Amino acid sequence: MISFNLFVLPFSFGLIYLLYMIIRWWTKWIRALPPEDRARFRKGIFSRQFFSGLKEVFLESLVHRKMFRRNALLGFMHMSFALGWFLLILAGNIESRIYSTSHVNPPYYPIFLKFFIHDRTVLWFEINTVPGFFRFLMDFLLLFILSGLILAMIKRGRSRWFGMTRTTHSQLTDRVALVCLWLIFPVRLLAESFTDGYYGAGGGFATQHLGNLFAVLFRESSQHIAYALWWLYSLALGIFFVTLPFSRYWHIPTEVLLIFFRRFGIPPKRIASSFSQVEIGACSRCGVCIDVCQLGSAARIHDIQAVYFLRSVRDEQVSRDITLRCLVCGRCQETCPVGINIDLIRLIERYNFSGSHASDFTYLPEPAPRKAQVAYFAGCMTHLTPSIIRAMKGILQEAGIDYHFLDEEGSVCCGRPMMLSGKHEQAGELIRFNRELILQSGADTLVTSCPICFRVFREEYNLPVRILHHTQYLLELIKSGKVPLQTVFRKVAYHDPCDLGRGSNEYRAPRELLAKVAELVEVPEEKEDALCCGGSLGIYTISSRKRDLITSDALDKLTSSGPEVLVTACPLCKKTFSRLAGIEVLDVAEMVYGAIPE
Amino acid sequence: MTRTTVIIGGGVAGMTAASRLADLGEQVILLEREEQVGGHLRNWDRLFPNRRPGYEVLNYLTEELGSKVDIRCLQTVTTIFSGERDFQLQLASGKSLRCDALLLATGFDLFDARRKEEYGYAIYDNVITSAELEELFRSGAPITTRQGKVPKRVGFVHCVGSRDEKAGNLYCSKVCCVTGVKQAIEIKELFPEAEVFGFYMDLRMFDRHFEEMYYEAQQKWDINFLRGRVSECAENQDQSIVLKIEDTLTSRPLKMTVDLLVLLVGFVPSPETLRLAAMLDLPVGEDRFLEPADEHTKSTLTVKPGVFLAGAVKGPFSISNAIADAGTAALQIHAYLKTL
Repeated sequence: MISFNLFVLPFSFGLIYLLYMIIRWWTKWIRALPPEDRARFRKGIFSRQFFSGLKEVFLESLVHRKMFRRNALLGFMHMSFALGWFLLILAGNIESRIYSTSHVNPPYYPIFLKFFIHDRTVLWFEINTVPGFFRFLMDFLLLFILSGLILAMIKRGRSRWFGMTRTTHSQLTDRVALVCLWLIFPVRLLAESFTDGYYGAGGGFATQHLGNLFAVLFRESSQHIAYALWWLYSLALGIFFVTLPFSRYWHIPTEVLLIFFRRFGIPPKRIASSFSQVEIGACSRCGVCIDVCQLGSAARIHDIQAVYFLRSVRDEQVSRDITLRCLVCGRCQETCPVGINIDLIRLIERYNFSGSHASDFTYLPEPAPRKAQVAYFAGCMTHLTPSIIRAMKGILQEAGIDYHFLDEEGSVCCGRPMMLSGKHEQAGELIRFNRELILQSGADTLVTSCPICFRVFREEYNLPVRILHHTQYLLELIKSGKVPLQTVFRKVAYHDPCDLGRGSNEYRAPRELLAKVAELVEVPEEKEDALCCGGSLGIYTISSRKRDLITSDALDKLTSSGPEVLVTACPLCKKTFSRLAGIEVLDVAEMVYGAIPE
Repeated sequence: MTRTTVIIGGGVAGMTAASRLADLGEQVILLEREEQVGGHLRNWDRLFPNRRPGYEVLNYLTEELGSKVDIRCLQTVTTIFSGERDFQLQLASGKSLRCDALLLATGFDLFDARRKEEYGYAIYDNVITSAELEELFRSGAPITTRQGKVPKRVGFVHCVGSRDEKAGNLYCSKVCCVTGVKQAIEIKELFPEAEVFGFYMDLRMFDRHFEEMYYEAQQKWDINFLRGRVSECAENQDQSIVLKIEDTLTSRPLKMTVDLLVLLVGFVPSPETLRLAAMLDLPVGEDRFLEPADEHTKSTLTVKPGVFLAGAVKGPFSISNAIADAGTAALQIHAYLKTL
């Protein structure tokens, strides 16, 4: 039995090269892990996490569950390629065992099986036999993939059907790989059909019928056509494998490693690391992050979205502009089907563009707080919206709380703006100062009015005290009956601040508070999908006009149900919206304060 | 056939242009939204740089108008139809007007100080605007804190709503610097014992006699000028105002207490101007003021034949500059009407 032909070489070479690249990079990444993470990895392989990792690989990398949740058509397209191809390889391998006595077959053998084997003993409809069943299955899987291919072609013209307004602008390597990928399956169908037709047997329900037709049409020359097609099939596969590590399809092997990294408890790092590199490689450039980016949808900036940013980092061509032009609102991260920590990678890259900093912070006063059980930290943004401070003071007085206003005489920044500009060390100075201030107060509860401070206190300060945003604290006070309230019959829309909602996962407390004092109206994009107000501290390289576009667009959506008041829980959002809103903009604390009976 | 010019806005620019056009023999209708002409000038007590009473200029402009001009107060334009060579104006009163040339002299609004919430205007008792202080001067009422005390320390915050990207206004309002210096001197005239501070980014004493006035403020009146932007204000128990500022000459943050804080509010384009501009398809700049046909050579013309601009519709203007600009506009209108 002849089981070699020259045409298998492009495929074989491509496959070897791809495997070499995967092994090389995986080894590199795993070895570059810090010792504690390497230990986690070793331990993980022999734990239950390994199997739950496999399950996740199946559900996300093959079935594309998250894509399905986003849009069924988009999910099906991705699934037919990934799951379809995987099953085709699996079933093909098993099928090839029928015709081979050897335990070890060359990898090309199952791929080009129909070229080598022309089984006349079983006909296409005899699916109750083992070979017949596999022929049916293989044809079915091939058509399954081709249905995805047709959808992919439709998507290029009608992306809206797939829930996407804009799609990713591709690179040359992506386009080469894409052309090969799109060629692979139709060419395989044709190659198998021509072969089956020429030999008059060996095909399944699709390939045999198609082949018989070709045999009638092309007669003797169908053998030559078939041979050319097998070459083309092998070339398409080979070129695809060789370009894969340099194209978006590198995400296929990389995402698998990322899933295991996560399952084994390896945490993301603040500096460039294996983890961030694997995350960057795992970006499939599906482009679902493009539509959710308000810089694109509202401010018409279309070249900085997460997909382009991650690509430029991977290609080591990251620019200052693409790194700094981002609201760091977290919307893309929320929607990313791979779950990449996009904001973190932005901040890692910002570190490289952070430049020097003039201030030495020696002007910081010595902290000298008074002891109290509750410490209140307004935050610098709240100092810019004194009506919120007035409301907080009023409510705390009404509730009879013994509290110490930590930053009444002036705030030292929580450190977030420094972190957002990639200045870790300078942020560290501020964090040390405030941490000391909080610890010296002896308070067991720290309340802040600013979601930005709130998030940083929780994530960076490592404080042995309860940290609450004022919405959470006020809800506690009201539930314990310390603050009498009367409902003010006003229709209000609530805006989720980025750092309180997506950043700190607090959606409930402000809504519960507002429900007690007013009537909440519908808001189209809320909670995880909430819009950024445009006032983000994470960006300073766009004009105020562009910011205004973002703010106005968010305001249009937030006020679409005709509320009387727009309520938010962040002084920065309040300040940003106030300038352009046609209606009153208040903080939740002000709403509560206004509802205390005279 | 008589050629008619309608001037929308009876402030300094509108009044001047009306007088000049009437002098040139043109028939003019001056439309004013308020009960009286005079615009913002009516709210001024004394004018910079020489501190002469504002009413002197107002009276002069009013007398000049005399009976040469058809002045119609309490009028608002609802719609403008642009014809081939003329314009039809629909007024809120129900009347309509035809004219051959149209001059927009609808001026400006003052920046709403509540938008800089960090300064505490409309939140704290003793934060007022420069316009309110001028009004106090004009009314002759005693100047005290809201609690009725004589202010011992008074602060002036420059550039409130001007040159402020966060407020959305990048432009300089030109006249607030000199107004701040003028009002600071006037406070010292009233209360020689008071300490007066000016918080500025840089003082733009662009016109004649302004710089001398700034010298006088420092040398004769001992007014302190601190370079730095006020970042935020808070209220003490006694309703005095604590303000935080970075003294950028020493690079140190400072905290100060004043009894009265005056916010020098700048110019913003009026919504009325923008509404009329939209009806006439006139180009609006990034700063939302109207664009003339050419910044240097056709500064009172627009891209639309027959439509002219004068004064603060084009950005911040001082009174003397508005008068000069309106004179130019009148000459351009006269020249245009002769071509009809």
